[in-house]
Amino acid sequence: MKGTAIKIVAIVATLGAIYYSNANFDSYTLSIMNNVAIFAILALSYNLINGVTGQFSLEPNGFVAIGAYITALFLIPADTKADMFALVDPAPIVMEMSAPLLPAIIAGGVSASLIALMLSFPVFRVRGDYLAIVTLGFGFIIRIFAMNTPAYTNGAMGLNDIPDIADFLWTGTTALVTLVVMLHLVHSRYGRAMKAVRDDEDAASAMGIDTFRIKTQAFMTSAFFEGIGGGLLASFLTTISPDQFTFLLTFQLLIIIVLGGLGSMTGTLIATVLVMGSMEWLRFLDDDIVLMGMHTGAHPGMRMVVFAILLIIMMLFARRGLLGDRELPDIVKALMAKRRKH
Amino acid sequence: MDLSTFLQQLVNGASLGSMYALIAIGYTMVYGVLRLINFAHGDIMMVGSFMTYVAMEAGLSFGPAVVAGIAVSVIVGVLTDKVAYKPLREAPKISLLITAIGISFFLENLFNVLFGGVPRAFSAPEWLTKVFNISDIYLPATVIIIPIVTVAILTSVLWVLYRTKYGMAIRALAFDIPTVKLMGIDADSIISIVFALGSALAAVGGIFYSISYPSIDPLMGVIVGLKAFAAAVLGGIGSVTGAVLGGFILGFTEIFAVALFPELGGYKDAFAFFFLILVLLFRPTGIMGEDLERSRF
Repeated sequence: MKGTAIKIVAIVATLGAIYYSNANFDSYTLSIMNNVAIFAILALSYNLINGVTGQFSLEPNGFVAIGAYITALFLIPADTKADMFALVDPAPIVMEMSAPLLPAIIAGGVSASLIALMLSFPVFRVRGDYLAIVTLGFGFIIRIFAMNTPAYTNGAMGLNDIPDIADFLWTGTTALVTLVVMLHLVHSRYGRAMKAVRDDEDAASAMGIDTFRIKTQAFMTSAFFEGIGGGLLASFLTTISPDQFTFLLTFQLLIIIVLGGLGSMTGTLIATVLVMGSMEWLRFLDDDIVLMGMHTGAHPGMRMVVFAILLIIMMLFARRGLLGDRELPDIVKALMAKRRKH
Repeated sequence: MDLSTFLQQLVNGASLGSMYALIAIGYTMVYGVLRLINFAHGDIMMVGSFMTYVAMEAGLSFGPAVVAGIAVSVIVGVLTDKVAYKPLREAPKISLLITAIGISFFLENLFNVLFGGVPRAFSAPEWLTKVFNISDIYLPATVIIIPIVTVAILTSVLWVLYRTKYGMAIRALAFDIPTVKLMGIDADSIISIVFALGSALAAVGGIFYSISYPSIDPLMGVIVGLKAFAAAVLGGIGSVTGAVLGGFILGFTEIFAVALFPELGGYKDAFAFFFLILVLLFRPTGIMGEDLERSRF
């Protein structure tokens, strides 16, 4: 009873804070917060399949792209589309697609989820290993399709003039909803089954868990929220192209969930802020660095070298990340109980 | 399609298939021994091509440059295992996979910083790029040399695997690492040999690739690596002969599909992916694989 009350107060307080920030903060701060909120949605859902269920997947960039494209096609007005599609005329269905933001992002999420279902059959029937390579390949395939179906995607030029509806009220609230759903899921019967699959698939199967079904459910849920996040991203950026959804996006999310702790949703949230912050802060690494009077010249990609080394070091020496697979409230509770004992 | 076009495409397919086969062997051997998808393998191939290029730019002639490229690849491959994979042998599988993707991303971005992302022209010596015209079939020297060299290399690899003590140790590791250790075999050095062999073959495949499509860039290993992995799964992961077979099947399919249906050209890079999905759906053990739990060479 007390727990539920605290939860409701926390949710209401967070909603209030989101509403307040959206109304009062300047647009630069809000754009950073928007970015963090979208990445939080993506990282939280990514952690469900990788951390909680223990199935190594590299899918986010593909599913984010699907969500982004579908949402964008729903949001852009028909006459803008007619002007924008330069290579070939848009397909009739593209011209008919029109919807407000909420149904649009849900459509994006559902489509990503259905594709996840389709990928589940070849992958999870065999063994989990192939998930990583199939999803990695899928990320490239999506790009190839986006380039080769200009009637739907406008090819390499991508879609622009996407209405800028997703403000922090949208992204912040969606991130909160994602967090609440994920925490509930992790603590539910399904979440326990997912952890059982992660810890020992054979034992889980022997205990009567349908491992194929649990893995598929986790993958579909993860894909759904990634599609939603992609939709919000499209509206936030107002312009998307196939080159935006590369493996780099997945890699950033991977760093986040490893740093936060595979399986810890609150850890993911903390890590999102830390990683997104340091990505900005380390931007100078990509620029010309003057070292003892010597110019190194601009070298884009330096940041990613640093982050790649960071990821390898974390895997070798601090595999549990910040919070391991525990949640912040549980850690606080454990600490309080310890103090009471003394 | 008339006979001469058919023959033309046949040699092209054999040449492309050779490259996939060479790269696929590294995937299949590492997977056979460690049950690890070595995501960095495609990038090891890229390292081999780049270092050959760098050595040639530095003034070496083609032969020594190739040797240098292969040597650097082998060093990087073995180091990767020693530094990043070996400490994680007892760790959960997912840690190993994340580390592998970390290494892959590290190599791609390191070379991006060092050489820039713009593709560079790879200039092979003239005797390799000369084009012969035999009754309307245009044959660059490479498409003849590549399959021949590949067959020679593959024969020696199979000889090592099946006729030497080291080969026997590698095959034994694929069955059961703890038991092999109990037999007094230094499992870690054998695993290093596996990485060295795989990286050397990947470098050769990469150099062939750079000669045939004369440009190199830091991300070249990604798509080729994915395709080679698909080839390894198609042949039956863990099986070296399977990887070779899978590589050639994929090479021929790609070439002939584009020759027969030119409108599919844009999707050329997607075939391997659909192959992978179909194999996983209908014959997850691949052509040569018998039992997934006991992959064998």
